[in-house]
Amino acid sequence: MTALLEVEDLRVAYGKIEAVKGISFKVDAGEVVTLIGTNGAGKTTTLRTLSGLLKPTHGKITFDGKPLNGTPAHKIVALGLAHSPEGRHIFPRLTIEENLQLGAFLRKDKAGIDKDIQRAYDLFPILGERRKQAAGTLSGGEQQMLAMGRALMSQPKLLMLDEPSMGLSPIMMQKIMATIAELKSQGTTILLVEQNAQAALSLADQGHVMEVGRIVLSGTGEDLLHDESVRKAYLGED
Amino acid sequence: MNTLPQQLANGLLLGSMYGLIAIGYTMVYGIVQLINFAHGEIFMTGAFGALTVYAYILPHGTSMWAAVPLMLIGGAIVAVLVAVGAERFAYRPLRQAPRLAPLITAIGLSLALQEVVRNFYPGADKARSFPSLDTTHDLGAVTIKDADIFLIIAAIVCMSSLAYFVRKSRTGRAMQATAQDPDTAQLMGIDTNRIIVIAFAIGGLFAAVAAVSYGLKYGNVDYRMGFLMGLKAFTAAVLGGIGNIYGAMLGGVVLGIAETLASAYINNIPGMQQLGGQSWANVWAFCLLILVLLLRPQGLLGERVADRA
Repeated sequence: MTALLEVEDLRVAYGKIEAVKGISFKVDAGEVVTLIGTNGAGKTTTLRTLSGLLKPTHGKITFDGKPLNGTPAHKIVALGLAHSPEGRHIFPRLTIEENLQLGAFLRKDKAGIDKDIQRAYDLFPILGERRKQAAGTLSGGEQQMLAMGRALMSQPKLLMLDEPSMGLSPIMMQKIMATIAELKSQGTTILLVEQNAQAALSLADQGHVMEVGRIVLSGTGEDLLHDESVRKAYLGED
Repeated sequence: MNTLPQQLANGLLLGSMYGLIAIGYTMVYGIVQLINFAHGEIFMTGAFGALTVYAYILPHGTSMWAAVPLMLIGGAIVAVLVAVGAERFAYRPLRQAPRLAPLITAIGLSLALQEVVRNFYPGADKARSFPSLDTTHDLGAVTIKDADIFLIIAAIVCMSSLAYFVRKSRTGRAMQATAQDPDTAQLMGIDTNRIIVIAFAIGGLFAAVAAVSYGLKYGNVDYRMGFLMGLKAFTAAVLGGIGNIYGAMLGGVVLGIAETLASAYINNIPGMQQLGGQSWANVWAFCLLILVLLLRPQGLLGERVADRA
């Protein structure tokens, strides 16, 4: 069986500074794969390259059997790859409902869109209660819910979540992680970037540890969770 | 007639013209954070596009009822092509450049457009006469011309369609998203290059409507007409809050009325007898701009600039 997403020897540079230095990994349909690592490891750069916001300097990305070489970002969404960016980036002056509708920008099935908006409200009831409110007035955790709901609106084959727990209270973080677990159980394929390694690895089928632009360790979520070096470096144990 | 209602009407009319042009500044700024200083010249080319239809395409003696719509189409085609061409060939290559580069390009483009029209359009180095709509209507306290009626109707139709388009249409929603967060807009599947082109095109279209109104009202056009009108419209856009389409129209009207009232009445103030009259109108308009920049830099309806880091 071929992978849904296959990344081979990907390199990305900002000017002369190489942020991603040749990484390879794959995501199979139905899997949750996580990239963990410290700030500046190249995780966000990797996701931004996969969704077309950055151009790779080298390497091959194959998504759903098609090469993504220089495909512009707005066309990559159409192929079924949705990206919930780091820092949430909801549209602050549009309402919650308008944000969700924008997530379905490329879809034409009005009835289906309405059904999926309802699904997002079922998943995150607080969004439904505030549907007519400007998204900028939501709390950080609520904005994260909106960003995830919005990414799901495109009915993606692969959902990429960048730091969904960043800056959230412990309770809100648990809630977001529980939602990711729920999406996983519904069969959603997820590529998750997280600094909270404990939470990410407990959910993930596969994990990759990134350090300054390279993947230094790979394994199942379970394996990495019990790996000595991972425990030392990312789970705060000595 | 120099009564207050007449002065208010004059200011409102002038301001509607500023507002129509200001839309071009404000939409482009809202989406790409670029001040298109060549926009005044896009307005000017729109006037010459409309004049071309009247002077060289339509047979002599065509009724104005038939001529004006065709002139609008001609002006719009020229202004939209110039605006979209400027985006494609002058500004897009500089999208990633430091901000000063597109600004200087805009000033250069503005001069280039003036010179092209001056050198190549027959008789454009001096004022060329434009068909005017001079029939007057006495409405009691206010007297207005047909050209004024055209202008006010055009402004209302343009502004309400734009407001509807931006709020309700799919493309309008995409424009709002692009203005608020261009990268994330792309992640939604929005082709932001297309949205930028549409913003320039709408600016060109509205400038053409303003240009035809200008010609019909004043009866002549020349290659320099875009400079001062552009500067005033830019002032109106800043006054209303640049990036905000309602602000552009409000800023236009406030500026038009302020300028008209100041030039009509300021010489009644003891000690300021020398400062009245049309020749001082621009001074008062730009004084208002300075005041706004000092007291409310985000403009009347503007959002805080810190909104976008």
